[in-house]
This record gives sequence, structure tokens and C-alpha cells, in this order.
Amino acid sequence: MAFDRTAEISGARIVIQALKEHGVDTVFGYPGGAVLPIYDELFQDQGIKHILVRHEQGAAHAAEGYARSTGKPGVLLVTSGPGATNAVTGLTDALMDSIPIICISGQVPTFMIGNDAFQEADTVGITRPCTKHNWLVKDTKNLAEVIHQAFHVATAGRPGPVLVDIPKDVQFATAPYMNAAQAKTSHYQPRTKGDPDAIQTVVEMMEEAERPLFYTGGGVINSGPGASQLLRDLVGGTGFPITSTLMGLGSYPASGDNWIGMLGMHGTYEANLAMHGCDLMICVGARFDDRITGVTDSFSPNSAKVHIDIDPSSINKNIHVDVPVIGDVGHVLEHMLKIWRSRGRKTKSAEVKNWWAQIEEWKAVDCLKYTPSTETIKPQYALQRLEELTKKHDRYVCTEVGQHQMWAAQFMGFEDPNRWMTSGGLGTMGYGLPSSVGVQAAHPRSLVINVAGEASWLMNMQEMATAVQFKLPIKQFILNNERLGMVRQWQELLHGERYSHSYSEALPDFVKLAEAFGCKGIKCENPADLDDAIREMLDYDGPVIFDCLVERHENCFPMIPSGKAHNEMLLGEASTENAIDTSGAVLV
Amino acid sequence: MNALHIKKGTASHSAYQLRPQFGDEVERRTLAVLVDNEAGVLARVIGLFSGRGYNIESLTVAEVNHRRHYSRITIVTTGTPMVIEQIKSQLGRLVPVHDVHDLTTEGPHVERELALVKVICTEDKRVEALRMCEVFRARVVDTTLKSFVFELTGTPDKIDAFVELMKPLGLADLARTGVAAISRGSECPDN
Repeated sequence: MAFDRTAEISGARIVIQALKEHGVDTVFGYPGGAVLPIYDELFQDQGIKHILVRHEQGAAHAAEGYARSTGKPGVLLVTSGPGATNAVTGLTDALMDSIPIICISGQVPTFMIGNDAFQEADTVGITRPCTKHNWLVKDTKNLAEVIHQAFHVATAGRPGPVLVDIPKDVQFATAPYMNAAQAKTSHYQPRTKGDPDAIQTVVEMMEEAERPLFYTGGGVINSGPGASQLLRDLVGGTGFPITSTLMGLGSYPASGDNWIGMLGMHGTYEANLAMHGCDLMICVGARFDDRITGVTDSFSPNSAKVHIDIDPSSINKNIHVDVPVIGDVGHVLEHMLKIWRSRGRKTKSAEVKNWWAQIEEWKAVDCLKYTPSTETIKPQYALQRLEELTKKHDRYVCTEVGQHQMWAAQFMGFEDPNRWMTSGGLGTMGYGLPSSVGVQAAHPRSLVINVAGEASWLMNMQEMATAVQFKLPIKQFILNNERLGMVRQWQELLHGERYSHSYSEALPDFVKLAEAFGCKGIKCENPADLDDAIREMLDYDGPVIFDCLVERHENCFPMIPSGKAHNEMLLGEASTENAIDTSGAVLV
Repeated sequence: MNALHIKKGTASHSAYQLRPQFGDEVERRTLAVLVDNEAGVLARVIGLFSGRGYNIESLTVAEVNHRRHYSRITIVTTGTPMVIEQIKSQLGRLVPVHDVHDLTTEGPHVERELALVKVICTEDKRVEALRMCEVFRARVVDTTLKSFVFELTGTPDKIDAFVELMKPLGLADLARTGVAAISRGSECPDN
């Protein structure tokens, strides 16, 4: 794109121009006093689709959903003060899960900053710890360059959220436009190629390993579809078992031969015991989060650990590793595969076969089994049916946070990356609905389902109006247990069944609520009707709120209680007595 | 217990050591951090320390390259080796940070701090204070008939010692800059 450098355009125009130069086709936002000049430009320019959300938190999660399902950065546009503060939860969520989003916020005019002006907030101060980087642009002539830098920082290295705060007078003032190619992207150039010696060591360790295991995470997905393909090649070639974190689901297909399920607090028995018993752990783009490790002192005591990560600060943060490889997952896997192949594709196949036999024994425990019912819909059953009836679709799944999220991860299978949108690190209730709005905006013809709990869903339910306005046919599949299910489960296990405020005394009638929003509502409470009801949801051309009344007191198993190790996981109700001791009780 | 039986030598060609053993003892480190002198950069650094619960013993900052607008932040911090590693890599990933140098481990370095010490005293104590001043190579930068302001440069230990001696002689006020540090020899980071 060539622009006349001598021609001056307004700051607001520069914003739109820069967004377009970066290929932005959709912006999620909410207008207000301090961003009116930018909205005026949006009005005059048909090149960018603006999705009017109903709350700025929704805009941030929608941008996350857009980013996570497309691999491109998501953009949100909010006004000063409350507009920016409302976006903070979404920015923090994106920081924790390494999602590239760019938040453009309006600010009061430069000459009023610091005067406690109307709708003034110290936005860069407030968002400093919850963004990868942020900028307050005080001069229009720097604006284009800062926006280019913002896109660079959001997407380079470990992705994350950035914020550009633009005072209203800077939006009105004029300056020449600067192309992205001319912008100084600063020294911020994270290393992407791993150290060849370290990679060589990893391959040697793989050749010698008797009980190897791949433990992969969201970094594989962030690295792009190529990284997932390389991972599949490497896993397929070596025959090693693979498990993944919540964030990494889909990078290796759930139907793949070597898949042993998700690991972690509510991961499978076989995945967690494999983590505990392996002799070589190859961590690819994951970060040894506390949901994964359990108590760190007894985490995988007999393994040599390899950690491939683009962010050096992830190395040795929670768990000491033996061989760190700092670099982009895609580059490193490619290099590993090349070296492993050139050295003759060696593995200790007999020992690895024994290892698989052990894993098969663990698998036979059938850790996800539950007591079926013909009276009430078990949440697990609901998800099994949803999975069965939708897995052949071009499908994207979002979730809220809680029991339903874990069940969705356990009972739904993901064959490809970028198909699973969930709030992992921050655990943001209210993430799923707006996220599904963002996903559907990016993929208008695909099936987008938000697996929700009724409590999480109510936190951002206003976004149904967005879905209706923009004809986004999102399917809200609410597992309604009339409880804050995960809180209730912890109170049962940890607080003597004293269910303090984990029960919603008043819930809306979701079918009537759907009608009020102008979309379709479906209620289902009988297991026998479930399949037909799900089909009705899928057949309806428009947004649907599906109120699936499920068993109220179902607990999510398996579970590693806080303060315990992988090999101390609980498999079901019988094993829960005194499961958590006092030292574990302080943990979250 | 290493089930892989990897001999230490296996990775001898590697830049990495197998299983770095981190101790539990708290260590004191002096870090030199080269940053873009832009709005909010100090808040980012300090926010990182407070947000992640790291310690700051002292922190000094000033622009050292006016042409490129680079500032140098010297931070004295304490923590276990694992925490120190985290501090360095967390600092390193801040966008305006160019370089993080651990002066304590990267070789010999010089640390200096400047203190201004106000002592109010008369008669014998006045004489004694002046003698101490000479011993410590401090300078008198202000005096009245009943007070001195001493300027003293040195390591934090030396300043601590001087301040201790001034207490019985009428120490009234104290200002310290915090540590500025630089490596010895001809080596220097690229700035």
C-alpha cells in the first residue's frame, strides 16, 4: 500500500489506515466520548466490520475468540475511563493465555490528563501489569508507528495483549501516515531458533528414553498450524505417547493413536500417571502451571525434563528442567525431527512398547466413567451426545469456566488446532459467550458452540444481543445445575459440605430469556429427549440458548486434590473422604 | 535418581548443564538494566518487582545515552538463585529493556554509593566527627557552627560503617543514592 507521505490525515484516520494495513477486517468495540473521532472514521469507511458489543469485557473476549480461532490478532476499540477498565479482565485473560489482541482505547485530551476529567482513568497505569506492553500516544505524528509496533509486539515471540491509549485531541490532529515497513519495530525481536546443541541433546535423550512422554500446550497452537503438523509427525514417527494441557487441545488429534488425554487437575488417570512415571518428559509450549503439576515436590520425580518454550522466563519458573530449549515450537520441532531422522529414527522400541502396555493398564481403569441415569441428564452424557452429534461438523467450541469446562475438555474431541477456545490461565467466568461471538464473526458459516454453566453464562449474557444484531448463529449449550458447580464441589470436598453461596436462589427462565433477546430457546430435562433437542438446536438458523437441566450434584472426576501429586488422584465419589488436608486447603 | 542414565558427559558439548541445582540460600545480586528512557519504564520495572513479590534493596536510574535515550537502572536485589534467574528473565522480556547484566556473576565489578550525612554536634564531638570524616575520606560540603554535612562515596558497607560511627556524634539526617555499579576492565556491554 502506498500513501502520500506528505499528505496529512487525522489521527483517527491514521488508526483506521493502520488497522487496514495490518489486514484487520473485524473490530469489536463500544463507542464513547473519547473515541468519537475514530467512530466517525469507521462510519465513513466500509472496509472494517465493527461488531458492537454490549460491554467492553465482551469486546475483549470476542477479540480473543477471534484471535484464537484464526491465528490473527484480534482488535477491540473502547472509550476512556470505564470503557478501558471494563476491558481489563479480557486483557488479563489474554495475557495469561498468550493471546494476541490489540486494544485501542480513547483517552481524554492531552491537556486534561491528570485533571480527573470526566471518564478519565490512568489507562496505561491500570493496564501495565495486564498487557505485554502499552503506549500512551501524545503526538499524532507518532501514532501510526506506535500502532505498527503494537501489532509487532502483540504477535512476536510469546503473543499477548497490547493497548494503545489515544487522547481525543491526538485523534483530531493531523500528521502524515507512516507505513508499517517504515516503522521502527524496536529491538524487540524474541529468539525463535532453538540452540542446535540443546536440540541435539534432546534427540539423544529421545533415543535413549524407555518411558518417554510428550507434554504439549498452547504454545504449539500459537506457533501456527505448521507446528501442530510437525508435532504430529514427530509423535507419529517416534511412537511416544502424548498428553496436552487444556490450552493445547487439538494440536494433536484426539482420535490419534498416541493420544492419552488431557493431563492436570481434571486430566485423565493415564495421562497423569504417565507424567508421574515417565523417564523423559518433553514439554512443548507449556509452562508447568500449578493445575498441571500438582504439588511440585513430588512432580514426576524420576524423569529428565526437556522444556521447549519461546519465553525464557517460563524456564525453571515452577519446575527445574534438565534441558531448556528457547525458541519457537515450530522451528524447534522441525529441527528436532530433522536431526532425529538423520540419525536413523532411533528409539528404544521394545522398552517403549512396555511403557505403552503400562499406559494401557492405566487406561483400562476408565477414569471418565460415571453413573448413567435415565431420570436426569448427567452433564457428561449431555456432552457425549453433543460430541457425537456435532463432531462431523466444521465446529468451534468455546467454554465458560468451571465443571462444564473440564467435562467439555474430557468428553469432546478436538482434531485440529484453533478449534477450542477456553479461558485457561485466568479462569474467567463469562469468557465463553463473548468469545463465541468473536469466533462466529470470524467464521460465519461454521458451527460455533459455547459449552456453558448457567452461572458463568449469566456473567456476560448481554452479548446475546450482539449475536442477534449481527445474525451470529452461536449455540449456547448451558449445562444448568442451578449451582456454582465447581465451587460446590470444592465446598463438598474441603469445607464440610457447607455450601456457602454456591447456589443461585433465582435463575431466569432461559427459554423466555431467549425470546426476549429475539433468538431461540430450547429447554431439555429428560435424557430421552436430548438428541432431538440438540438436533433442533443445530437445525435452527440463528442463535440458540439451550437450557440443559442436568444432575445438580455431579462432581467432576478424576481430580488431583490441591496439595497432592499426580499419583494421588481421586477417581470418584468413594475416594473423596479427607482427600484434602490442611496444607492443601490453602491452595486454590 | 535419573532413570535415563544420562551421564553428565553426554551433554558435554551442550551449552546447557543437565539439571542445574539451585540452592536455597538467599543471595545478593547487583543488576545493570539498560532500558529505553520512555514514559513509564521505571513503573514497569518496579511494578514487576512488586507484582511478583521480588525484593529491591536499592535502585538507581539515570539516562546514560542522551542520543539514543537509554537509561541505566542499577538494581540491588536479594533472592534464592531460582528467584534471581526469574528476575533476570522477567526483566529481559519487558519490551523497553535492552539488556540485563548480572554484575555479581559476570566478573569483577565496582559498586559505589554516595551519601550525604548531616551531623549536629559541638565541642569534642565536632572534632571527633571531623577526624572520622578524614579516616573515611568523606568531604565536608556544608558547615555551620553546630553542624556538618558530609559527602561520602563508597560501598554500601563503608557508608553503613560511617553512619554507625556518626550516630553517637549527633547524626541528624541521611540521604543515600543507592548503588551505581559497573564492570571492571575493558569489557563493556554494547550500548
